[in-house]
Amino acid sequence: MPEQIQPQQDSRETLSFYVVGAVFLIVMPLLNMLPAEDSWLHLSDFRLNQFGKFLCFAILALGLDLTWGYCGVLSMGQGVFFGFGAYCMGMYLALQIGKESVYGSELPDFMVWTQVKELPFFWYPFKSFWGGLLGAILVPVIFATIFGFLAFRSRIKGVYFAIITQALAFAAWLVFNRNETRLGGTNGLTDFKQVLGFRLSDPSTQLGLYILTVLALIASFLLCRWIVASRAGKVLIAIRDSESRVTFSGYTPWVYKLFVFVVAAGLAGLAGMLYVPQVGIITPAQIGVLPSLEVVIWVAVGGRGTLIGAVLGAVVVNFGRSVLTNYFPEAWPFILGGLFVVVVTMFPDGLVGIIRKFFAGGPPAAGLAMPKPQTQGGR
Amino acid sequence: MSAEGLILNCENVVVDYDGFKALNNCNFSVHYNELRVVIGPNGAGKTTLLDCICGKTKPSSGKIAFGNNIELVGKNAEDITKLGVGRKFQAPSVYGNLTVWQNLDLSLKRASKGVFPTLIGKSTPAERERINETLNTIGLTQDAHTRAGSLSHGQKQWLEIGMVILQDPSLLLVDEPVAGMSDKETEQTGRLLSALAEKHAIVVIEHDMDFVRQIARIVTVLAEGTVICEGTVEHVQADQHVREIYLGRAKVAH
Amino acid sequence: MIEQALADLTSENAETRSAAVAILIEKGDASLIPKLDEIRATADRAVRQAIKPVVDLLKNRANLSSELPDYRRSAASDIASTGRREAIAWLQAAAAKEEVWWVRYTMEESANLLELRSGDPSAKLAAVKKLGELRSQNSVTLLQELIDAGKLAEATDEQKSLASTAMASVSQIEAWSTKANIIETIFRGISLSSILLIMSLGLAIVFGLMGVINMAHGELMMIGAYATFITQQAFIAWLPPESFDWYFPVSLPLAFLASFGAGWLLEATVIRFLYGRLLETLLATWGVSLILMQSARVYFGDLTAVIAPQSLRGGAQVMVGVYLPYNRIFIIILSIVCVVGIYYMLFRSNLGMRVRAVTQNRNMSACLGIPTRKVDSYTFAFASGLAGIAGWALTMVGNVDPGLGQNYIVDAFMVVVTGGVGKLAGTIWASLGIGGLNKVIEPFTGAVYGKVFILVGVILFLQWRPSGLFAAKGRSADA
Repeated sequence: MPEQIQPQQDSRETLSFYVVGAVFLIVMPLLNMLPAEDSWLHLSDFRLNQFGKFLCFAILALGLDLTWGYCGVLSMGQGVFFGFGAYCMGMYLALQIGKESVYGSELPDFMVWTQVKELPFFWYPFKSFWGGLLGAILVPVIFATIFGFLAFRSRIKGVYFAIITQALAFAAWLVFNRNETRLGGTNGLTDFKQVLGFRLSDPSTQLGLYILTVLALIASFLLCRWIVASRAGKVLIAIRDSESRVTFSGYTPWVYKLFVFVVAAGLAGLAGMLYVPQVGIITPAQIGVLPSLEVVIWVAVGGRGTLIGAVLGAVVVNFGRSVLTNYFPEAWPFILGGLFVVVVTMFPDGLVGIIRKFFAGGPPAAGLAMPKPQTQGGR
Repeated sequence: MSAEGLILNCENVVVDYDGFKALNNCNFSVHYNELRVVIGPNGAGKTTLLDCICGKTKPSSGKIAFGNNIELVGKNAEDITKLGVGRKFQAPSVYGNLTVWQNLDLSLKRASKGVFPTLIGKSTPAERERINETLNTIGLTQDAHTRAGSLSHGQKQWLEIGMVILQDPSLLLVDEPVAGMSDKETEQTGRLLSALAEKHAIVVIEHDMDFVRQIARIVTVLAEGTVICEGTVEHVQADQHVREIYLGRAKVAH
Repeated sequence: MIEQALADLTSENAETRSAAVAILIEKGDASLIPKLDEIRATADRAVRQAIKPVVDLLKNRANLSSELPDYRRSAASDIASTGRREAIAWLQAAAAKEEVWWVRYTMEESANLLELRSGDPSAKLAAVKKLGELRSQNSVTLLQELIDAGKLAEATDEQKSLASTAMASVSQIEAWSTKANIIETIFRGISLSSILLIMSLGLAIVFGLMGVINMAHGELMMIGAYATFITQQAFIAWLPPESFDWYFPVSLPLAFLASFGAGWLLEATVIRFLYGRLLETLLATWGVSLILMQSARVYFGDLTAVIAPQSLRGGAQVMVGVYLPYNRIFIIILSIVCVVGIYYMLFRSNLGMRVRAVTQNRNMSACLGIPTRKVDSYTFAFASGLAGIAGWALTMVGNVDPGLGQNYIVDAFMVVVTGGVGKLAGTIWASLGIGGLNKVIEPFTGAVYGKVFILVGVILFLQWRPSGLFAAKGRSADA
């Protein structure tokens, strides 16, 4: 009995998770397949595909929520890990284009323009699907392990860590933009045709990818929940509340931070991997400073420190963006910037906090989201 | 080279903050199962001494031997904790967003506190029993599932003491445990510490002389980074040098 | 005779024509130019081609005694490329009375370059030696030709000895140019460092003194830069062209005030709710920076430039091969002025004492009657004003565009992180270190990988010093 923690809040989150999961996994595909094209209930292939993209972002947001929301480690470089995953899958897909490419060469088009005669050695593993799949997870994980090891072991924390990860995003963006890295330069990788023999232009392939993404999201969510619910999850929160106290309870905080950072990087890689075949292009613009920061705003809007908040934030913000950019293309940066300011100053618990307040009709539940101000930061 | 029966022996410890010597050749030792009180004027280096012992601050020179002659200088805080040194901080330092139960559960001494054992580990009934016992000792059974951040100041102090107890330390370092407590709470804390001293060695920093009289057997007076006097409360209060430091500061000041 | 030559210029006979050209070059002066232009206007193509070098040479000859040193210098270097031996005497005459060393140097160099083409072996030999002594970078190609000629099997002894002298000269020149390169690299390093420093100062102040990470600092610089731009446009629109150069000093206070005001507003509306929550200040100010950037994009469009005032154009040739642009020197001086100013402001004035008092103990300061709210907002606004000055200075070295802040902000934060919080000296050393390292690495790796190396360097550095170069020690260290 005493093991159970905030039972009410937990069961609510579980319930909302089942509802959301069922909507995405069953209702939306059915709305896509069953009603007639002109029915108002019909969900177009375009919209379904768009939601597939949002759900990839939700996986990315889950990872950041784990590090930032729970452990207090703000990474402003999640876009880099997403990019690693996306590029690994993109390289596999680019090699699958084969003779269908514009120049009819076995090599990807951009290599033909940039006068690359032979496939660079690091492209070889991506000739196989498993190479792409494993690479998409392992490359971010290994990179995060090295980077995190160096950063956390030397006790770089708080804003210092945030700034360093931002510099990482900036540096990665610069490097991916270069032609000599043989990753397609500014134009990135695109024009994919097929995955494992399925045509990407085929709506049924896209539906399959969508369902796969929902399943991946559910799996990621359950993984995160398992971590958060375990004693290690409590250590994460303890680190956020008072890192020095954790040391005096006998834990080594940096190892825990490294652990969540690596898990988050793996999730980001997974998200990137699923993103590429659905969106059909990956460019350095997806991995720079701004995209990495957008992840932070999704989590902040949804409600950091709650897993469902991360998912909600990613879907709501991106859906809002897709609708708004249609009507007011120039307004989006204003809205995004405004969201940052408003959420941070006025709604630190995000949408989940607002919803909870509404349902509870009283003061907010004993939320995890609002860290004690004094214990924040690296001063 | 610690003498017989010493759990802690600090020799010539120096801490230098940019020329200001917070500890200046400090020699300090504690026996097993001893309850020692450290007093001294502000800035005497009391907290710095505890910081050095538990690995929060690195002394610039000197030796700190613990237990069976283990050198603590150069070890990091989590290793020192695992060796059996528990620390309660001056400002109550608990995990505000976890429940009281979770706070205690995290502090409980366990074979491994690495990521994976912690990730998979479940509490055993024996562990739960111990936590319940401790809850009882610190009087927070009712609040087991309250968020620690919403406890009162005194309750937080106790919770932190409970957390330290569950670490099973052989040496407890307690920094101003009764600051901000009511008289009744202070007395209870005194009894708690006295009871703990049956099984552990304890070093307490305190200003409240009534409280010191209640719990202390031997008192150490620290001033300007060195021990200037050690003995019973009466002895210390009678000491001319100590009186000078506390009362006649005008003479000392330049 | 000159009349005859002018008449011969239009002759059908090519030989007559070139003889006329020779005469005109030798005897003529700038007063002939209008006449020559007249002839050229009506003549056919061959004649025009013959006249062109005459006109150019005469013009350049006249320019050799121009009032402006730059004209004299470029005339001298132009003459060298015509290959006319007659000009050697002019150059020597001009050099003899020249006072600006760099112009005289160019004249001597040109004279010797012309000498190199002469048929006379002893004159050639002397020229080769002299060019070596002059460390003339421009002569390297010609000297290399002589060396190559000396290597051929059929080379005469004369050519061989010329080649060996040329070889000695080339190595002399190259040794010098290595030295000059090092000096220029150091200068570029210091110049970049001072840009970084000027940008980081404001950041370091709000971070160190107020515990605020201001991601909008770059955009406050942008505001300063646009204020400069607007001032310039106003001068162009409403004031006579002679007073144009005044826009630059006039825009300094305007840039400062614009950013000061923006910073004050930012503090009053956003920052003050977030004191003590470092990561939150980072996120909220990032939001503000997005809004400011987009506003600039919508209002000003993508690219605008500020024209440097006359006095900051060009540069100083301090020695052969080392040219220091005035705008860079200006920024170096400005950064020193800013550092000294801030130092006095913070550590030697009453205001500074109040600021530091509030930083160290807010409640105590309030009890002592210091208006802490005011101190907060002025400190923040002042740091923002510094960003405005940085933006003003940056218009001298780059375009004014909405991304101006973003281009520099990551580097500026690297400086603050490396320098450590709360110490001016940390910021100074860190910007010198990062700026210098950047310029040392860049020639080997290119700008992009240079940045990557710097990032790796900073991370490794923080392994050794996790809280930067100058970390606070003692009780307050981990408060």
